[in-house]
Amino acid sequence: MTTANLVFIVMLIALASYWLGIQRSIKVAGGKQQVKDLVSLPSQYGLLTAFWCGIPAILFLLLWSAIESSVIDSLLIDKVVLSADGQIQQNMGLIVNNVKLLAEKITLSEDISSATDIQLQNAQFFIALNEKATWLKTLLTLVIAVGCVSTILAKIKHSFHARNNLERIVSGLLFTCSGIALLTTIGIVMSVLFESISFFSQVPITEFLFGTQWSPQIAMRADQVGGSGAFGAIPLFVGTILISTIAMCLAIPVGLMIAIYLSQYATKRIRSIAKPMLEVLAGVPTVVYGFFAALTVAPLIRDFGLLIDLPIAAESALAAGLVMGIMIIPFVSSLSEDAMTAVPVALKEGSLGMGATHSETIKKVILPAAIPGIVGAILLAVSRAIGETMIVVMAAGLAANLTFNPIESVTTVTVQIVSLLKGDQEFDSAKTLAAFALGLMLFITTLALNIAALKIVRKYREQYD
Amino acid sequence: MTKAVNESLPTSAVTEKIKLGLKKRHRSEMMFKTTGLAAVLLGFMLVFVLLFDITSKALPAFHQHWVQLEVDYSASNLRYSEGDSLENLRYRSTLRKAIANQFPDVKSRRDKRQLNGLYSSNAEFAIKDFLIANPQALNTVQNVWVRVDDDVDIYLKETTSLGEPLIRIDEKEAQWIKSLVEAGQIDKRFNIQFFTSSDSREPELAGVRGALTGTMLTMLVTLVLSFPLGVAAALYLEEFAPKNKWTDMIEVNINNLAAVPSIIFGLLGLAVIINLFGLPRSAPLVGGIVLTLMTLPTIIIASRASIKAVPPSIREAATGLGASKIQTTFSHVLPMAMPGILTGTIIGMAQALGETAPLLMIGMVAFIVDVPASITDASTVMPVQIFLWADSPERGFLAKTSAAILVLLGFLFLMNASAAYLRRRFESK
Amino acid sequence: MVDIISAKSLGSNDIKIDGAVGEPFCDDAKMSMRNVDVFYGDNQAIHDVSFDLEKNQVTALIGPSGCGKSTFLRCLNRMNDLIPICNVKGSLQLDGEEIYGKQMDPVLLRARVGMVFQKPNPFPKSIYENVAYGPKIHGLATDKSELDEIVETSLRKAGLFNEVKDRLDQPGTGLSGGQQQRLCIARTIAVSPEVILMDEPASALDPIATAVIEELIHELKEKYTIAIVTHSMQQAARVSQKTAYFHLGKLVEMGDTKQIFTNPRHELTENYISGRFG
Repeated sequence: MTTANLVFIVMLIALASYWLGIQRSIKVAGGKQQVKDLVSLPSQYGLLTAFWCGIPAILFLLLWSAIESSVIDSLLIDKVVLSADGQIQQNMGLIVNNVKLLAEKITLSEDISSATDIQLQNAQFFIALNEKATWLKTLLTLVIAVGCVSTILAKIKHSFHARNNLERIVSGLLFTCSGIALLTTIGIVMSVLFESISFFSQVPITEFLFGTQWSPQIAMRADQVGGSGAFGAIPLFVGTILISTIAMCLAIPVGLMIAIYLSQYATKRIRSIAKPMLEVLAGVPTVVYGFFAALTVAPLIRDFGLLIDLPIAAESALAAGLVMGIMIIPFVSSLSEDAMTAVPVALKEGSLGMGATHSETIKKVILPAAIPGIVGAILLAVSRAIGETMIVVMAAGLAANLTFNPIESVTTVTVQIVSLLKGDQEFDSAKTLAAFALGLMLFITTLALNIAALKIVRKYREQYD
Repeated sequence: MTKAVNESLPTSAVTEKIKLGLKKRHRSEMMFKTTGLAAVLLGFMLVFVLLFDITSKALPAFHQHWVQLEVDYSASNLRYSEGDSLENLRYRSTLRKAIANQFPDVKSRRDKRQLNGLYSSNAEFAIKDFLIANPQALNTVQNVWVRVDDDVDIYLKETTSLGEPLIRIDEKEAQWIKSLVEAGQIDKRFNIQFFTSSDSREPELAGVRGALTGTMLTMLVTLVLSFPLGVAAALYLEEFAPKNKWTDMIEVNINNLAAVPSIIFGLLGLAVIINLFGLPRSAPLVGGIVLTLMTLPTIIIASRASIKAVPPSIREAATGLGASKIQTTFSHVLPMAMPGILTGTIIGMAQALGETAPLLMIGMVAFIVDVPASITDASTVMPVQIFLWADSPERGFLAKTSAAILVLLGFLFLMNASAAYLRRRFESK
Repeated sequence: MVDIISAKSLGSNDIKIDGAVGEPFCDDAKMSMRNVDVFYGDNQAIHDVSFDLEKNQVTALIGPSGCGKSTFLRCLNRMNDLIPICNVKGSLQLDGEEIYGKQMDPVLLRARVGMVFQKPNPFPKSIYENVAYGPKIHGLATDKSELDEIVETSLRKAGLFNEVKDRLDQPGTGLSGGQQQRLCIARTIAVSPEVILMDEPASALDPIATAVIEELIHELKEKYTIAIVTHSMQQAARVSQKTAYFHLGKLVEMGDTKQIFTNPRHELTENYISGRFG
């Protein structure tokens, strides 16, 4: 039985046990009229029973699914090692994979004539193992579910506080859910960190951080001749900075001016049309911006270059950067607007009351007062630009040129992560691992920017609260 | 006091002094205000250009040209003998004969091959389906409409003077097309196929059904996971959590998670969900889980704000009547906070709907022809389909990409509009 | 008991306000207002108010809260322009010039008619920059030493110089509430206004700081014409020479402060002064 089916069955049992719990509690009370003698409501007994049935069983299922494949793999490896000589040890992964493929063919009753006897044996062993595992899983899950239900049903008595029990379970569940976010972060850190560490055992970290050559494509497979490739990430960092800089050069002035106009000058009517307009800009998926950059803006810029005799690359940093800037405008404007509206009206009145013009008030009083909030907004926007993927994947190049020239083609960290991991890869090659090392750099940078931004913004809020 | 300005200058003198600079100051005020307005207008212009550009590119994709061919369904042509299945007959050669009869002057092998390129590669299946649907047509000559090739389609949509060569259509082909048009054998129809078929290598056959189904499945997984998790986490943090280091940490953590680049979530999905837990690649299940992790912060933050906005008096009233904390929360606080929570969820789902990068990492970029039937089947989603088509060299995909974008934007618009509607209803209460 | 029975009539519409009693006009007027109406959208906040601000005198605007005294004060330097739905009718003149006239530049007007607000609102800048702000934007100083001069004089006039002379470069927000308010007064007089409007300038301050401010107002009237809105009758009695009593958007009575407080002519004024409502 598949895990999904099992989950479904467990839920059915839980539903049934909800009913059982209610019936049992009524019986214990001695009929429907006596229900008020119980310390808790019948439905609470029912819910408690259902929880006690579902949660342990599903937890068990999750745990089982998490470890099943690795346990079966290790059993299979033991078997393969027993059945073969020691010489094939280094190709173990490949052999295990072959066995699995073969097993799949057998279950789908496809042609398996090319397989050797040993392989067939192993495959049969693998199939048998899987079957056993599935049986065990089904059996244990059902036993746990039914066992828990009967235990709890037996416990239902006049004085049994179902409500307190129930509430403890529910608050426990809520607590667990709040931990998911933390688990996600830990998962992110672990996954990028471990793969990066194994990458740095193959490529020195200094070469990665300070090398100026990036050509991972050579290292397709570990056993290839001259297959180490070059993993100097400086060109990627420079490319990322270049494109982000172009984006911010557009987004900061435009976004800030929009924020100023909307928060200080605009009438209610203008605001009511301009706000949805910004929401549209913010809501367009990045893949659409990527399409716009690659198929509209980039050709436009190149044609313009031809017009003034300037050779502009088809995948110029300028096109990607400008479109990224457009994407970030609403981000900058809405956050800076928040910062500016948070400035007390008293300051504005104080300045205007002395005869300052509106723009003098904005430039000399409101902006300086809002500057921490605006800086926070800009930091968040920069972090957004650095981590943006689709626009650059579609509109920036793949070649790692080390240049600050906006009309040339550059590549970025995110582009390289995508190009290294898109499609099937062998998971332990330096090429694949490099993507995780780049991911680690990206995570650290954006995290630092976010923390700094949130700190600044929070401190600023306290100042006026 | 040597030269006390305030003392020595009579106030009228100060006024005169201020007057001197007034003109310049008002000018700079005007300039500043105009710049602000210009920035807002630039924003409008960008939205307009973006939408106009995509819409104008997308419009051709909603129509498709068809060509009428006189197909001779004779048994000899089809190599049909009594009792044969209609499935495996010589449809391709029959089709070739049909177009060759149309243009008897075309003699050379090369020209004939070019001629056969006028119609779509699935035309042979179209004439087969026609025969299977109308078995009595055997041994008759029938007029059958089939799709034209994508290059011909583009030519018909873009050419200004019929018969003149254009991109990828040479003079000879242009003349053939012209004669077909003049004979009334070319027809422009609404391209329903775009919504009913899945991805294909041939632009004229490709549709979004597979991607749409994949998107629905992925969104379903995301919603089923992220909504209860997000609400539960928000409830805990807002109503139950003690104010201590632990909750502080979770709070900071959620805020940071909301700003982690989406591609990092893709790395997480690849390394943990696929490689560690062994869930299938390219599956909506994995996509949904990754998007759940990504949208959770959004939902949690919105839900918390909404729960916080429930007046404390409600809680006090319920607690005062003897309801427990849990009862108060689930029967009073949660229902009142629901509109805000739903708004936040819809916004989170809209984000997830447009997300592409993390799904590239977990292999949802494969070329998949089949419509996925379950959340563990290999599939793709709308944004990734857009990415794939945008990358295709065939020009026919340009319009398809834009059309797919329009479909995606349509869905996003619906979601955001419903969120806005909910919010407004909520606020007016 | 008596109070409760008469409460209905004390501050209500039962007592007619039929044009202001007393002496609302004078010969030596710095500002003169005639038949002023102020509307917020459809709501009329000020009804047909006419009186003069006498030159180099302190005029107190008193009345129960919500009577429109602050709204009226804010009309005098067109601060109400910031509220789009606010509409002012009637004639308001500064030295014979129409305040709401086409010729009047609100920037210049506000430089001539300065304002001090209820809550001290120093800019988040240094003490020096706070005072130098006005002269800088209006271009009153041609060089640094001139600016220093203005800052010092203004701070001295506001009685703050000795307290802050060693820390002019520190943020103005770091001062105590009373000092902040005096800084705001220094900031206002740094542009040499002709009139200073004060909107309950001491309401957020402790009694000692209030006393200092009141002392200051007393000195300032030598050079400036001052209008002060206050909710405290004692304060009005202490600092002002003229008092105008507002009630529900109407001017009830105006006259010499001494006379108003000892011998009010209108029943409403008397009720208010004697503390029967408000």
